[in-house]
Amino acid sequence: MGQRAYWVFAAIGLLAPLLAWWALASSGLISKVFMPGPGQVLSRALVWFNSDNLAGDALISIYRVTAGWALSAIIALPIGLMIGTFRPVQALLEPLTDFIRYMPAVAFIPLVMLWIGLDESSKIAIIFIGTFFQMVLMVAEDVRRVPVAQVEAAQTMGANRRELMELVLLQSAKPALLDTMRITMGWAWTYLVVAELVAANSGLGYSILKAQRFLQTDKIFGGIIIIGLIGLITDQFFRLAHRKAFPWMYRKS
Amino acid sequence: MDVSEVMSAEAGGRAPKVSVRGLSKIFGEDPGATVALQNIDLDIGEHNFVTLVGASGCGKSTLLRIVAGLEYHTAGEVIANDKPVTGPGADRAMVFQQYSLFPWLSVMENIRFSRKLAAVRGDFTSAEVEAASGRADTLLTLMGLDAAVNAFPNQHSGGMQQRVAIARALMPRPPILLMDEPFGALDAQTREVMHDLILYVFHLEKTTIVFVTHDVEEAIYLGQRVVVMAPRPGRIDSIYDVPLPAHRTQDMKLSPEFIQLKREIIGRIRETSGMKTDIEMLERLSGQVSS
Repeated sequence: MGQRAYWVFAAIGLLAPLLAWWALASSGLISKVFMPGPGQVLSRALVWFNSDNLAGDALISIYRVTAGWALSAIIALPIGLMIGTFRPVQALLEPLTDFIRYMPAVAFIPLVMLWIGLDESSKIAIIFIGTFFQMVLMVAEDVRRVPVAQVEAAQTMGANRRELMELVLLQSAKPALLDTMRITMGWAWTYLVVAELVAANSGLGYSILKAQRFLQTDKIFGGIIIIGLIGLITDQFFRLAHRKAFPWMYRKS
Repeated sequence: MDVSEVMSAEAGGRAPKVSVRGLSKIFGEDPGATVALQNIDLDIGEHNFVTLVGASGCGKSTLLRIVAGLEYHTAGEVIANDKPVTGPGADRAMVFQQYSLFPWLSVMENIRFSRKLAAVRGDFTSAEVEAASGRADTLLTLMGLDAAVNAFPNQHSGGMQQRVAIARALMPRPPILLMDEPFGALDAQTREVMHDLILYVFHLEKTTIVFVTHDVEEAIYLGQRVVVMAPRPGRIDSIYDVPLPAHRTQDMKLSPEFIQLKREIIGRIRETSGMKTDIEMLERLSGQVSS
């Protein structure tokens, strides 16, 4: 499939649901309270932007998600690398991580409030809890997927453990690791609304929750779509970084 | 041919490069354990080209990997370069069937990887650095990779990738080169080119080569000695000296000596592989179906 055909299909894939939504909303079959049309959502978003500090809400949410995700990455990368490389570390930490990752992040809210308080760090903590344990296991899996022949080739050239980790395992796993970072960033966003349940008075998730109380479905729609758009842009940024960082993956004979 | 006879003839004079004594390997634990290798004895002299053939499951790759230090044996010993093998080491280079190149490094960086290891450790003088770059250039030319030097491995065909893998393995001048079905994934024409290339390298570098293959013709064409292995349990069945001149040409594959040896070895493999019993079983089954 050519590059042009790809973009045509991508545009169809995005525009078709939008069109269907518009058609459904303007058909009058469903009350506007339940299903506001695209136009109504857009005008509500503009009001939000002009007089209700949409930009501020978006920025604080981006900050919380990025901070929770980054904190998670800083800790998950070395631990995942160790789990993926060394059997004893795997035995020590993987079952525990597997156990914790099934615990719902929402259920930690009372504990987080109790332990950390009500300020920014508690929101970041919720996103961290939601992201970290999955991320550790994915990083470990990325490292385990490095072809054995690459590791063995380095061993027969005299590489020691440290050199194997730094010059082979880490280098070989890098593209997969960046993909893991991209995917977990998406997950971090899904924990935003949950995180902003905790005594927040700003943010996209908080605004969505508040809009629910006033039955402002158009604002709920707007908030959700804005989160989606931020996610889409972040994702594209990660993909671009992937292309720039790993040109060898994209240059085929 | 009797195994012990060949070995005593071989051992005469200087010490062998690779010496395998009473080697066994058992996979798994007692009930359900498999004997991958049973009581292997094999001596390989300096600047010898020895090929290992046999049906699948005969343990030829396992034997090679034990010599490389990539797998452990359960009994006996392996001595390479006068030292007992306890793990992988730079004195025993290995060429794998595929996927062993580092795709994030250019062809040149792949070839110089062993030098990079030394550089990281800091045990390198500037004279050695220069010698190393000369060596890398020589290997590039030898392997016909000059045009590919800055490209990434996955921009090249399987044959070119194996050239890179061989050059990379030869870079630190290993006294022993272990090859595990290195041409198994290549097409027949490319394989013939690679055969002559590896023989050229063998004569030029005076390396001792142990080469695993399931292709009998390849084993005879390359090897000075062909070791035939048999499965269940993995063991050496017989060893053949190849009655061909040291410098091989493709025409020799059509010589009566070559064909005779090929027939004999294929016969041994067929007899020891258990395929005959499979055929008997099929005949019995078909008899049951028709009756």
